[in-house]
Amino acid sequence: MHRAIATVARYVLVEARRSSLPWLTLTGLLAALGLSGFLSQVAITEAAALQASASAALLRACAVFLIAAHVVSSVVREANDKGLELVLALPISRPAWYLGKLAGFACTGILIASAFALPLMGWSKPADLAAWWIALAFELAVVAAAALFFASALGQTVSAIAATLGLYLLARSVSAIQAIAEGPLASEGTGGKAAGWVVDAFALVLPRLDAVANGNWLLYGAPPAADLAPALAGLAIYFVLLAAAGLFDFSRRNL
Amino acid sequence: MKRLLVRIPARDERPLSAVPRWIPWLLVAAVAAQVGWQGARRANAPAASDLPAAPSAAALRLASFGETAALARLAMLWLQAFDSSGDNAIPYQRLDYVRLTAWLRAILETDPRSDYPLFMASRVYAENAEPQKARRMLDFIFEEFVRDPNRRWPALAHAALLAKHRLHDLPLARRYAAAIQRLTTDPTVPSWARQMEIFILEDMDELEAAKIMLGGLLASGRLQDPDERRFLQSRLEQIEQRMKDARSGAKR
Repeated sequence: MHRAIATVARYVLVEARRSSLPWLTLTGLLAALGLSGFLSQVAITEAAALQASASAALLRACAVFLIAAHVVSSVVREANDKGLELVLALPISRPAWYLGKLAGFACTGILIASAFALPLMGWSKPADLAAWWIALAFELAVVAAAALFFASALGQTVSAIAATLGLYLLARSVSAIQAIAEGPLASEGTGGKAAGWVVDAFALVLPRLDAVANGNWLLYGAPPAADLAPALAGLAIYFVLLAAAGLFDFSRRNL
Repeated sequence: MKRLLVRIPARDERPLSAVPRWIPWLLVAAVAAQVGWQGARRANAPAASDLPAAPSAAALRLASFGETAALARLAMLWLQAFDSSGDNAIPYQRLDYVRLTAWLRAILETDPRSDYPLFMASRVYAENAEPQKARRMLDFIFEEFVRDPNRRWPALAHAALLAKHRLHDLPLARRYAAAIQRLTTDPTVPSWARQMEIFILEDMDELEAAKIMLGGLLASGRLQDPDERRFLQSRLEQIEQRMKDARSGAKR
C-alpha cells in the first residue's frame, strides 16, 4: 500500500509541475512583491515593515487560493475524464489512491509555502521566517485536505472551491466570533444563548487558522515554541480528521 | 404540492461493509481528538492589553471595500469583545481609553451616521468607575456631538447625567445640557432634551432622572431597536438595584 501511495503522490507532483501552477505561483509572487514594493515606496516610514507585512498577508491569501483551486480542478477533471475509474481498475485500493492524492497535494502546498517564504528572507529574522513558513505549510496542507474532501464529495468545481474557501474563512474568524458571542453585552434571551451554543459547536469542529502564519510574526517575532507547537498540533489533528472523513466518503461511494 | 418538492437524488452508495474497518475507527478517533483538543484550547475574549492602536478612518474605509456601514458595525462588535471574557467581573475597566477613543473616533468617521460608537461610549465605556477614564469618554462624546448635534444628542444627554451623578461635576453636566439646548435645531428633538438643564439643577436622584430620560426616549419614537430597548431597560434595573443597595447600606 505504501508504494501505491508514493506512486500516486509522485504523479500528483508531476501533474502540478506540468500544469500552470508553477507559473501562477511565480505570477502571484511577483504581483504580491510588486504591490507591497509600490506601497513601501509611497510610505513615509516603516517601509521595510510595510513591505514585509503586506507581502506576507498577500502571499498567504494567494497560496490558499492557488492550492484550493489546483486541488479542486485536478480532482474534478480526473473524475470527469473517467481517469479515476481507469486508476481504480488497476491494483490500487481506494484508500491508497486517496492517501496518495492527499500526500501529493500536501507536498504541493509545502512547495508553494517554500516558494513564498524564500523572498521574505530579506525582511525578517531567519527563526521568525522559519516559524511562519512551517505554519503556512501546515495551513496549506489543511486547505489541500479540505479541497480534496469537498472536490471528491461534491464533484463540482465551483461548489467545492466555495466550500473550501468558506471553511477557511470561518476557521480564520471563528475565535473572534466566539469572543464576540460570549461578551457581557450579548443578548441573554433564548436566541442569544442558542447563537452562542451554535458558535461554540462550530468552534469545536474547526481548526484555529487565525493562530498560525500571522504576518505579525515577521515584524515582531514568532510566538515561542510552547505556543506554536500546540497550534500546529491542532492543524495536524484537523488534517487527519479531513483525511479520515474523505477516506470514509470515498470508500462508500459507488463510482 | 408534490410538484413543488425538489427531488434530491439519493447518492449511489456502497454498503458500510465495503469500507475498510480501520477507516471508521480513524474517523471516530480524529473527531474525538479534534473536539477534545479544541475544547481544551477554547478561545477566550481578547484581554484589555491586547487592544491594538487604532487605524486611521481612511485605512478602515480602504479595508471596507466601499461597505463602510457594514465594516463600522463589525468593527464595533470586534471592539466590544476586548476585556469582556466571562470570568471578568467588571468588563471594560482595564481598557486603554486613549486607544479606545481613537478606535471609536475612527469607526465613527468611517460611518458618521452610525449611532453604535456613541451609544457604546455613553452607555458602556463612560460608566467606568475610574473618573479619569470616564471623563476622557465624556470629552470624546462632547467632541463628536458638536459635529452632528441633531443626530447625536441622546449620547450627550446621557453623558450629562453621568457627569452629574457619577462624577458629581455639576458645571460639566450643565455645559453638556446647555450644548444640547444651544446646538440642536431639529424640531423632532424632544423638549425635555432641550430643557435638560432643569434635570441637572433639580435635586432628583439618578434613577429618577434616568427614568425620565428613558421614558422620553421611548415616547419620542427614537428607540425602535428592540435590543437597544432591552439593553437600556436592563441598565435602568441595574441603577435601581444599585440605589436600593445604597439605601439599605445607609440605613445600616
